[in-house]
Formats: sequence, structure tokens, C-alpha cells
Amino acid sequence: MGIWSVISSIIPSAIAYTIPILMGALGGLYSERSGVTNLCIEGLMLFGVFSAAATIVKLQNIPGFSFTLAIIIGILVAMIASMLLSLLHAFAAINLKANQVISGTAINMLSTAVSLFLAQTITGSGNITIVRAIVRQDIPLLSKIPFIGPLFFTSTYWTTWICLFLWALSWFLLYKTSFGLRLRACGEHPSAVASAGVNVHKMRYIGVLASGFFSGLGGACILVTYAGEYNAGSGINGLGFLAIAALIFGQWKPLGILGSTFFFGLCMTIANMGKVFPVFQNIPTGYLGMFPYLATLIALIFSSRKSSAPLASGEPF
Amino acid sequence: MRKKASMNKPLEARKASPLLVSLSAVFLGIIAGCIFILCIGKNPFAGFERILFGALSNTRRIGNTLGMSTQLILIGLSVAFAFKTGLFNIGASGQMLIGGITGSILAYYMPMTMPRLIYLPLIIFASMLAGAFWGFLSGFLKAKFNVHEVVSTIMLNWIAYWIVYDFIPRFIIDPAISVKSKPIETVHTLRADWLTNLTSFSTLNYGFFLAIIMCLVVWFILQKTTLGFNLKAVGANRFCAEYAGIKVDRSIMISMAIAGALASLAGLTYYCGYSNIMEMGKMPNEGYDGIAVALLGNCSPAGIFFSAVFFGILKMGRGSLAATGIPTEIADTIIATIIYFTATNVILAVFWNRIFSSRFERKVGWAEAAAASHGDLTPVDEMPKAKFREYAREGRKMIKEKKEDK
Repeated sequence: MGIWSVISSIIPSAIAYTIPILMGALGGLYSERSGVTNLCIEGLMLFGVFSAAATIVKLQNIPGFSFTLAIIIGILVAMIASMLLSLLHAFAAINLKANQVISGTAINMLSTAVSLFLAQTITGSGNITIVRAIVRQDIPLLSKIPFIGPLFFTSTYWTTWICLFLWALSWFLLYKTSFGLRLRACGEHPSAVASAGVNVHKMRYIGVLASGFFSGLGGACILVTYAGEYNAGSGINGLGFLAIAALIFGQWKPLGILGSTFFFGLCMTIANMGKVFPVFQNIPTGYLGMFPYLATLIALIFSSRKSSAPLASGEPF
Repeated sequence: MRKKASMNKPLEARKASPLLVSLSAVFLGIIAGCIFILCIGKNPFAGFERILFGALSNTRRIGNTLGMSTQLILIGLSVAFAFKTGLFNIGASGQMLIGGITGSILAYYMPMTMPRLIYLPLIIFASMLAGAFWGFLSGFLKAKFNVHEVVSTIMLNWIAYWIVYDFIPRFIIDPAISVKSKPIETVHTLRADWLTNLTSFSTLNYGFFLAIIMCLVVWFILQKTTLGFNLKAVGANRFCAEYAGIKVDRSIMISMAIAGALASLAGLTYYCGYSNIMEMGKMPNEGYDGIAVALLGNCSPAGIFFSAVFFGILKMGRGSLAATGIPTEIADTIIATIIYFTATNVILAVFWNRIFSSRFERKVGWAEAAAASHGDLTPVDEMPKAKFREYAREGRKMIKEKKEDK
């Protein structure tokens, strides 16, 4: 197997792993930029996985119901459910001025417990497996482009393109509109924004709810692309925390998080596909599994020192 | 006059104590649990009755509950210790795994003839050392590279998870079941015959006494030593502590190392006492429950002990829920809700303070009325406490009688 064929099979899979982390990090970006520390991305994403799985299983079991429509409804439900869960964090962090780290941890635990609790009552076990996930497709014309085509436009999921579109939209929203300026200012200097007559609490609510929205979408993407099941035992293996690390590594900037999440996606691919490639055959599973987390730690060592975190992130207003 | 009033503690409304706030959080968590049970159409009282039955109905069950509480006490202490230095240790799961694997490997390779008096201190010391190193890593990253300890401890959790995944087949595999380690001989665990017999074969082990000793040690370090004072100063205000000449970076590393040692001791009691095997690919949930224990116990060793026993009851008792058809995860849901409410403890404290102050205002009104009727002209806030109470009682009666006359 040549090096080219290794690369061309790693990249599409790396993109598939990147997208959920990107959505989680983007959610974290909204929340932290508005001034609320959000460590519950993991919980919100897991809740997205669960609610999408429960909805899709119910719909796909109806005879004659379109599989694709079921997936679309499932994704929408996941986004709404995670938004509702993030409302709890927003209420605690903004109105009750709670310790945001603790409240985030509580949301993580609540999400794990409640989703498992509901899964038990719905299916009787800790697992929900959907009938069919999204089928990978080649983009008609673009996949014929030499070099780029096989890397980026073959066997893609349609959710990938929606997520990338949302990422671009977020960049525009945050950097090119007055709404974005206000949101970012709430995370840097809330009292200045308040004196300009902007409702800081409202902006922060929008930030946290957006993080629920995107994390839910990311969770649903995990389910409908590569995972195919909600598994209470392993949850989402700390992907939400990888998203937070990617946010720090990407210095709280949309372009930065795109790069850093792709790096983590690549690491995840190496960890999971190690057995497939002869290059990695001799490395024990444990080392490969450890790799993304170790890489994250090393990445954090280099990026945390000169941190450009939003100044007022984590401080109640 | 004013001076005198300030000398005797002036009369004022009660303030909400941490205990009251914690109890309110527990109450709200249980209410939330009831609502969840009602939502799936089951009877909450039957559910809680089963939980108490499963946890406390005979000596064996009580022993198991205390066995489960052992880990929770130690992890609670670990989280609380880091918390006092302003650090949030959510890496207790990984530290537990490190302590557990160190203990398990030693238990596997140490000769059976080794006297327990030497063996037990050896594995305890070794696993605490390994856990201290694991905790120190995140403290080091925080102090030197400003890596947020929440993210780094989570990453270290997963690294520990994969280390264990790698070490079990390498060193201590049970050939019959290829995903678990070989069960450790009872003489090489923390279990003791007299404890096992006393509680009719429960999981209670020496770890419970270790946990109690550690409660005292942590209390001593935090309250009676310079080290403890330095750590708390860093937690209260990092910059102020630095200005006062305390080495902040060093404090952070020491605090995380001690937290790691406590959590890995929990791992040792869990894998070489409470149970005697380690499974591949299993992250212990107890690391997260420890956060709830620490927060609910207000980070004080005594509080942690009682909240750990409370969570032990929830976690052991849920096994008996099967008969009622309520999923056992209700216990985790209640625990998570309790953490949420302890995180929002400000609002609970405000709630109680408001109730106390409105009751106090009413009392002042009564006391004033009674004092006026006696012709006593001392202002209320200068009255001695006993007299104030007496007047308040009298005034209340007077006002009641007046109402009845009407």
C-alpha cells in the first residue's frame, strides 16, 4: 500500500471525526466569547447523541417512513434537546451567579445520568442502535478534481457540508455584524457593553444557548455518521473535552478552531484506524488509543501559555 | 451606649449555615428524583423505600454501603483538597486507575509469604506515590504552562484508561477471561477476615479505616500546618498569596500531588479491596461522584464523611430497585441534581437568609410591642438576648389575643 492510498483513506475519515469536535468547539466559542465558561460541551454533545438516537430509532421503526427524513428530524430534536439542557447551565451561570465550572460538571453528570435513565425506560438497555446512518456519497463534479477530489469530495456525509456552512456563517456573524461585536464584547468587558445599553444577560443567554445548539448538532453528527449507536458505557469518550482543548488550542478564533479540530480529527483517525494500516500494525492498541489525548496535552502545553482567552469569561455579571 | 452594643454581639437575624444549604440541596435533589420517577409512571416512595432497604436492611448490606462509601470519602477528600487551593480536580477517575493498577500489579508479583504487616503499607505507599505523580503532572502543567487543570486532568484520565488497557494484558491478565485481570488472593487485598465475618461477607475492608485516618490527616494539614495555610491562601487569592511571599506554583503542584495521592488510595481500596479484579476499558464513575461528595460536604473532612455515606446509600441501595421497574440510574440523576444545586448554593443561601431576616423582623415587632407595654424604653438592638426572646414571646401572645378579641 503506497503512502498516497494511506493518505487518501485517512483524510475522509479524519474529516468525519473533525466535524463533531468542530461543532462542539464552535459552541464553546459562542459561550466563552459571550463570557460564560462552558465545560459542559461533553454533556451537551452526549445528550445530542442520545436524543437523536431515541428519535431516529422511533421514526425508522415506522414502516414506510423515509430514513433520511428520520435522520433530519433526529438532528433537529438533538439540537433542541441540547439547547434545553444548556438553558440549565445558562440559568445557573447568569442568573444565579453560580460557579460555572461546577455547574458545567453538574450538567455533564446530569446528561450522562438522565440519558441513560431515559434509554433504560425507552429500550430497556443502555444502548440505542439506529437502523441506518447516513450513506457516504461522492460529490458529483468536484470529486473528479485530481488530488483534491479524492481527499475532500469523495465519500462525504451531507452533514459535513451543513456543519461547515454553519461554521462559515458563525465566522461572519461574530466578526462582521454588530451582534457579533456585542457578543464578543460581553466576554471581554461586560460593563462597557452594559453602559452602551446592551442587555448583557440576554447576550450571554444567546451565547450559552448557541453552545447547546451546536453541541447538539455535533452529537447528532457523531451518531448519524460514524458511530451509529448511543452507548451509555463509553459515552462519547471525552470528545467534548477535546473540543474545549481545541478551542484553547485554536485561541478562541473560528479559523483557529477549524485548524485545531482537524488536527484532533487526524489524531482520532490514527487512534481508531491504526489496525487497518500496516504502518501501525506493530503498535499496541493502548498506545494508539492514548495518542489523541497525549497529543492534546502536548498541544495545550504549547498554546496555553500565551492565552488569549476572553477576559471576562467565567465571571458573573 | 453604641460602644456597649457593639461589645455584646448585636442582635441580628440568623445566617444560613453551610449545613442548611447542603441539606436544602439534598432535599431539592430528592424532589427532582421523585419528579423523574413520577414522569415514568412509578411510585417514588416505593423507590426510596427500596433504596433504603437495599442499603441498610442487614449487616451485610450496611457493610457493602460502607465499603462503597470508602472510595467516595477518599475521592471527596481529594477533590476538596485541590478545591481549597482553587483547583478543580476532575481527574480522580484516572488517578484511581493509576493507584489501582499499581496496587494490582504489586499484589500479583509480591510473594505470598510476605507478612501482611510489611505488604499492606508497601502497596498503600506505592499506589499513593504513583497517584501523587499522576496528580502532580496536571499541577505541573497548570503551574508552568497555564494549562487549565480541568482539561488536563480529563486528558490524563483517558491516558490512564489506555495505560490500564495496555497493562492488564501485559502483566496481570486472567487467561480464562481475557478482558479482566486475574483475581487477587484475599490475603493480598485490603480485606480482613474479622471485618468480613463481622459483616457476613460484605466488601468492607481496611480501606474504610484508611479513609477515616485520611479525613483526620487532611483536617490536620489544612487547619494546623503552615503548608495547609499556604495552600488555602493560594486558593483564596492567588495574587495576594504571591504578594505575601507564598510560592504559588509550588503550592499548586503540591496540592495536586496530594489530591492525586488521595484519589489513587481510593483506587487501591476499590480495586484491591472492594473488588479484586480490574477490567479493561472501564472508566470508574466514582471519580465524578467524588465531586458531589466534596461539594455537598462543603469541602470539610467531617462533611465529606457524612455526604460520602449518604451517596454510598444511594449507590448501593439502587441495586434493589429492579423489582419496582425504576431504572437504577435514578441514583446518578439525583447525585447530579444535587451537584447542580450545590453549585447554585448562593441562591439557596439567599433564600434562607431572606426567610430568617423576615422572621427576625417580625420578632422585633413583637418585642417592641411587648417592651412598650412594660414601659421599657431600651431600643431593641441593645437588649440582652434572653430578654429579647422573652419580650418577643410575650408580644406574640399579646398580638394573638388582640386578634382573637376582634
